Formats: sequence, C-alpha cells, structure tokens
Amino acid sequence: MSVSAQGALAEQRIWQLLAEVPDPEIPVVSIVDLGIVRYVRSGADGRLHVGLTPTYSGCPATAAIRSGTRAALDAAGFADAVLDEVLAPAWTSDWVSPAGRAKLAAFGIAPPAAGPVSCPRCGSLATERISEFGSTPCKAHYRCTACREPFDRFKCI
Amino acid sequence: MSGAAGVPARGEPALNEALLRYVLRLADTSLILGQRLGEWIGHAPALEEDLGLANLALDLIGQARLLLTYAGEIEGQGRDEDALAYLRDAPEFLNLQLAEQPNGDFAHTIVRQWLIDAWQLEIYAGLASSADTRLAAIAAKALKETRYHHRFSSGWLTRLGDGTAESRARTERALASLWRFTEELFAADEVDQRMAEANIAPALAGAARGWNERIEADLRAAKLARPPAQPHPWHGKRGVHTEHLGHLLGEMQHLQRAYPGASW
Repeated sequence: MSVSAQGALAEQRIWQLLAEVPDPEIPVVSIVDLGIVRYVRSGADGRLHVGLTPTYSGCPATAAIRSGTRAALDAAGFADAVLDEVLAPAWTSDWVSPAGRAKLAAFGIAPPAAGPVSCPRCGSLATERISEFGSTPCKAHYRCTACREPFDRFKCI
Repeated sequence: MSGAAGVPARGEPALNEALLRYVLRLADTSLILGQRLGEWIGHAPALEEDLGLANLALDLIGQARLLLTYAGEIEGQGRDEDALAYLRDAPEFLNLQLAEQPNGDFAHTIVRQWLIDAWQLEIYAGLASSADTRLAAIAAKALKETRYHHRFSSGWLTRLGDGTAESRARTERALASLWRFTEELFAADEVDQRMAEANIAPALAGAARGWNERIEADLRAAKLARPPAQPHPWHGKRGVHTEHLGHLLGEMQHLQRAYPGASW
C-alpha cells in the first residue's frame, strides 16, 4: 500500500474515532456532530494533525474535549498526532451536523435552526423564551405553552 | 522565545511594545469585568439573571484567556495567561476603569455592562478585519458573544429605565455615577494611534461615532437622558486605577499569591 493510501486510511480511522468522543456537557452528541473537529490531515511535518475549534470563548468543556480527543488518539495508536487549536473562522451552530441535530432533538434539546422553535417533547411551535442563557453557554432556556414543559434550546450563533 | 507559535517576527520593537500594551488593555478589561460579574453568582435578583450574568462572565474570562495567552507570546518572556492574570500588581493592569467599578445594585451592574458591551461591539467589529490575524480571529469570535451580551444589557436597561419609579431612579443614579468613566473609552493615546496606523486596530474616532449612535438609541428606548460629559483624565489603560481594583485583585489573586503554582 502506498504512503498516501496509508495516510488516507489513518485519516478515515481518526474521523471514526472522533465520532465516538462525546461532548462532555451533552454526551449524546460527539465532537464531530457539533462541528468542533475542523480537519484531520497530514501536516508539513509528516505528522497527522487534528484541528479542534472552541465553541464559545469561555466554554469550560474546551479543555475536557481536548483531553478526551488526546486520550482517544493515544489509545488507538495515534500518540504522534498533533492537536491544533483553530480559532478562525469562528465556530458557528450551522456546523452542527444533521445527525447531531437529530440526536439533540431526541435528547430533549431543540436543535439550532432559523425560524420558530419547536418543542422537542410535543412538537408544538407554541414556545417562548424564558432566558437567552441556560445551564451551558451553548443553550438558552425555553418553555412550551402547549405541553407546559420547560426545555433547553441549542443557541444559534 | 521570539519564535513562539503564531507570532510573526515583527522586527520593530516599538510596534511590538505597543501591540503588547494594546492586547493587555483588551484582555484586562474582559478579565476584570468577568471577575466583577462572577461576584453576582448566587446573589442575582432572579435565577435566570444569575445564570445570565455567569454566562457573560464566562465568555469574558474566555476572551481574556485567549488575549492574555497572545500577550504572553508577544512579550516573549515566558509568561502565560495565569502569570499575567495572577502575578501582576494593580498598576500593571491596563483595563478600563469602568470595568473595575463595584457591582452596586443590579441597575449599576447593568449600566456598567451596557456601556462596555456597546464599546466592545465597536472594537471587536473593527478588530475582526485586523491586519493581525490572531487578533482578528479572537475578535470575530468574541463579537458573536458580545452581540448577545448587548441584547441582555440593553434589554434590561429598557426594562429598568422604563420600569417603575424605583428602577428608573436607580438606573439614573448608576448612569450619573458611571458616566465619567466613559471618557476613557475613545480617548486615543499613542498606543491606539500606532495600532490604527498599522491597521491592527480600528481608529477610535470612527468607533466613537458607532458607540454614540447605539448609546443614544438605547437611551431613547429606555426613556433615559444622557448625562453631561464629565472630564475624567485618569485612565486605566495607562495603568491608573481607582481604589477598587486593588481589592478585586486581592480576592482574585489570593490563591496564587499564597500558594504559588497551585493547580487543580
């Protein structure tokens, strides 16, 4: 097998690994689902580089995501891979994958989307915002006026 | 340490020194304001506002960490974000005096926040196209956060200003007491001028126009009057501070001063 074919296989393997690294605050979604992994590629130094972007400047999960990624790479034999911090372009909730959105909704968190917010419990659009701030930087606090349940909404940013 | 990652060789020591001071001003304003907001945790008037203020604090401290890390690399003396946050004394801090003012009541905190949010909106928007790509990346990210910070603070300004007689009186008191600290926001000195000439930072005259328009619109919505200009030529960005900063640092730095190098 050629070197480049080996490299492509390794990149594919790493994407699979990272798809299993959960977000520490919302463990039903992975860091790939959230669009935190920006790239897996070989660098000019001949080593594999994984680009991670922080979601919010002060998100306390950022350090845990980095160490979770490091641990997953090390355990799978990629101890040589380098973690890059990618600041630009700034993370946006548009990067949450369709699979990630479906997992958030199933977990009871309204996924980020333009337009009216649908209640993740009963599907009603009769919802209102209680606060733009919630239990984590990425979520806002809502309630459904149809089924009366409060819920979290993943913020659009 | 001149080869620190991400810092291009600048070659001109005076420009490098000005950039260091400029980045520390931004970093320290975010850090000190974030520390002040943290004092509200567990004490805000309602749970939602407690969470709101804590979220703002978190974003601001996150911005400060990115900026302080960059400042340490520009300086090239091996100081990291923690050394800069915990091991400098008050005269070495370059934050706006406005940021260090005590929380007072909720109206006081909201007015302070709103004045700085409107300032950060202008500064970060200008920095997002900075010739310094590291600063541009940090600012573009911070700008997104500052937009909802301003929605929070201006929303409360309206509710308090156009609220009850009591909330209005308290908001007017806060405006009267804090207004003098706004002189510093757009008082350009040699650092600001140098940054603007190098296309690293926005010119403060333009930023002041944007800030004034926003402030006027927000005051109208809140049915509040703009206080008269009050000369206050003592500027935190030059290292001159009110007596409040020392007390804040005493609390913020206590652990690292008492147990140097302590970590989780």
